[in-house]
Amino acid sequence: MNRYPWWKNLLILAVVLAGLIFALPNMFSQDPSIEVSAARGSKVSSATVGELKAVLENAGVPYKGVQTLKDDRLLVRFGTSGNQLEGQSAIEAALGDRYHTALTLSPDLPGWVRFLGLRPMVLGLDLRGGVHVVIDVDMDAAIDQALERYTDDIRSLLRKERIRYLGVTRDKGRLAVRFGDAQTRDRADSLIHEEIPDLELDTGEEGQSYYVYASMTPSSVASVKKFALQQNITTLRNRVNALGVAEPIIQQQGDRRIVVELPGASDPGRIKDILGATATLEYRLVDTEHSVEDAVNGRVPPSDKLYKDRSGRPILLQRRVIVTGNEITDASAGFDQRTGQPAVFVSLDAQGARRMRNVTTENVGKPMAVVFIENRTETRLVDGKPVKRKVRTEEVISVANILEPFGRRFQTTGLDSSREAHDLALLLRAGALAAPIEIVEERTIGPSLGQDNINQGFESVVIGFILVVLFMAFYYKVFGLVADTVLIVNLILVVAVLSLLQATLTLPGIAGIVLTVGMSVDANVLIYERIREELRNRNTPQASIQAGYDKALSTIVDANLTTLIAAITLFSFGTGPVKGFAVTLFIGILTSLFTAIMGSRAIVNLLYGGKRLQTLPV
Amino acid sequence: MRFFKRTNIDFMRYQWPALVLSTTINLLAIGSFFFQGLNFGLDFTGGTVIEAGYKQPVQLSEVRSALAKAGYSEATVQHFGSSRDVLIRLAPKNQVESTAAVSDRVFRALSAAAKGQVDLRRAEFVGPEVGSELAESGGLAVLYSLIGILIYVWLRFEWRFSVGAIIATIHDTIVTVAVFSLFRIEFDLTVLAAVLAVIGYSLNDTVVIFDRIRENFRKIRKGTVLEVVNLSINETMSRTIITSGTTLVVVLALFFFGGQVIHGFALAMLVGVAVGTYSSIYVASSAAVMLGISRADLMPVKKEGAQLDQLP
Repeated sequence: MNRYPWWKNLLILAVVLAGLIFALPNMFSQDPSIEVSAARGSKVSSATVGELKAVLENAGVPYKGVQTLKDDRLLVRFGTSGNQLEGQSAIEAALGDRYHTALTLSPDLPGWVRFLGLRPMVLGLDLRGGVHVVIDVDMDAAIDQALERYTDDIRSLLRKERIRYLGVTRDKGRLAVRFGDAQTRDRADSLIHEEIPDLELDTGEEGQSYYVYASMTPSSVASVKKFALQQNITTLRNRVNALGVAEPIIQQQGDRRIVVELPGASDPGRIKDILGATATLEYRLVDTEHSVEDAVNGRVPPSDKLYKDRSGRPILLQRRVIVTGNEITDASAGFDQRTGQPAVFVSLDAQGARRMRNVTTENVGKPMAVVFIENRTETRLVDGKPVKRKVRTEEVISVANILEPFGRRFQTTGLDSSREAHDLALLLRAGALAAPIEIVEERTIGPSLGQDNINQGFESVVIGFILVVLFMAFYYKVFGLVADTVLIVNLILVVAVLSLLQATLTLPGIAGIVLTVGMSVDANVLIYERIREELRNRNTPQASIQAGYDKALSTIVDANLTTLIAAITLFSFGTGPVKGFAVTLFIGILTSLFTAIMGSRAIVNLLYGGKRLQTLPV
Repeated sequence: MRFFKRTNIDFMRYQWPALVLSTTINLLAIGSFFFQGLNFGLDFTGGTVIEAGYKQPVQLSEVRSALAKAGYSEATVQHFGSSRDVLIRLAPKNQVESTAAVSDRVFRALSAAAKGQVDLRRAEFVGPEVGSELAESGGLAVLYSLIGILIYVWLRFEWRFSVGAIIATIHDTIVTVAVFSLFRIEFDLTVLAAVLAVIGYSLNDTVVIFDRIRENFRKIRKGTVLEVVNLSINETMSRTIITSGTTLVVVLALFFFGGQVIHGFALAMLVGVAVGTYSSIYVASSAAVMLGISRADLMPVKKEGAQLDQLP
């Protein structure tokens, strides 16, 4: 009686062994490290390793080693996070112009563990420090831009086919094309229908005017939104990669949000500026024929637009844009060779280069201006309701005479600092955002708090765990020790599953593990109390074990399943901390069901199964 | 070793006083929501929180004047943990900008005014829209898990038990949240997670007793409903106390050693576990009894096929 078939014991053994192997990488310490990657125009080579070592030795910062990673990055390991921070400032100071540094934690795994592809749990930003931002994509603006494009398309289509129209206006997400007579209107209607199938058309009359109304179909609205989101994710990924952060995460959340997680990032202000910026450049000719004073007094010539430069002086530019940021294919920061001012070197695509060459050839000797444009969206509360406001900054950053015709590559000066040149080059290179974005949530955890959270989190789990383990051994004797073994195995299995799935462990996640420990204890208590009850009812020890496990089973399953339902709903509807809690709770319930029901039974069977017993140490 | 002899307490004798007690507590709780409201944290209201670590102890007045100079005079400033750590809160107000850039500006103002170096320990910003979304999704999570549990208990037991379990769960949720309302403790996402954990825990407790009631109804043919319920509660008593006790020990460890961030979580769990234990006896079981559970409702369903076979 009370024996498991051999295959069941083997299965349990296999699961426990697998758990031990997957949990193993977490036993090794995580070194505070710096990841070094090459900035634009530089390369990481074996010489870099020497350079790094020399810099660290000069600064007197002790380090554990330098190691080459895949895809052109180096990893410098340190003993303490203090050394890591000192090391970063030393490297930034000496090599910052050629290399990017990023703080990271990297496990010190022996070769064979790494060979097996085993990895430790991923620690959440609250445990390791970093920046988490949620970005909202302004879909209304994306739709507006699409309608703007359709307006242009309709205009050029009608012009090409020589259909006379009186105007195209936009109101409430709909385009109205006005015609002088019904016949022309009908021709245009069928033409637009044929050439631009994405639009839903309707016709109408108002007095002497005949209209074609065009609106976007639901499916094209959906695809515009999807494109805007995808395009923005790509652009943000480019920007983040250029920042040189280790292991960034960029993910879609819902249908209009993007989550960016940057572990170990140390300057949240700059990161947010870069992520949220929609800066671009425009090149325009300066109007030298009209007077600036007249324009300031309100008489701006129709072909011109009034701008201000960085010191607030007014300047009159032609409305016609020569080249916009969209036509810039590459950009890098550097210094002007003659003046030594910070500069951005810009390359144009074929179309932009052709236009630039034509315009500059015609206007040699005349001044050309570079306009810096930045769009931001801000949300303010007005009478308790959030109201979005768009802020657009346009400033002239440089005016220079065209000395000779420009080609594909040229430089732009007039920037405040080399940091600004770097950032602008980065933004131009990463590409424009398809729709304006706004940071709607930010959680930055400094590295020191992250370390505190790890220490306190683990400390509290260990203390609680030890108290429970002592109590169980004391109260249930040998069976208590069985329960303790099962609890430890359960903890190992939770860690193993988390490592296997590479799920993120957060502080609320640790709380979830604590709760699972409680649930697991409960399962054992239920069983042992049942066994005691059966013994009190003068059943034999063997029969009591059997009945105890059997009768407790349905209770344990009921209790755990209800909690499992709660965990699943939490996971589906929760965000952030709630999700982290739900993940460990979910995993923990499954492993504790396995260990408390099958694992503990297996041990008890091995200890007492098939033996003649007078009493049970329970 | 045993702490308890087999108890034989007539729990159900106190079901009416307990009903009065539970009702009073719940009315107080609802009154507190009504008059005090909840001190919602940044997660739900939106706004900015910054935690800064100084090298030396710092006076709050210094920090306040530095903030006022930067134009943030409406910020609330308090020490957090020690006199070297400062917590700064900015609520979203009318016409005051609410963007992620605020935290950077505030931190720069602090750094400029401080004598030594200031360490940015934490900066959180939640936009006003996101705040209300988080509140909504949190409320939905609670609602859906209640519905899911209701259905499960209904299927496994019977509707009277299901209603009893849900009343007990709502009772525990209200009391736990009321503690946060009464003492004006901040209610944020982590506390919400704890409230959901309390729901899970309280149900666990309730289901264990219900399980025993069902088993005893089927086993013991004599005795009134009240006697069977009393017996079941007594039989599960030592389990209830040991499990609640060990869970409380673990939660106390979280409360004292887990750090500031999960303090609210641990407090909610502490209250919830205590109340959950009480409610599985005096709310869930009482309610099921008052709704009129009977032995007949819980008898295993006889297989109809078995009877048909015996027909000639």
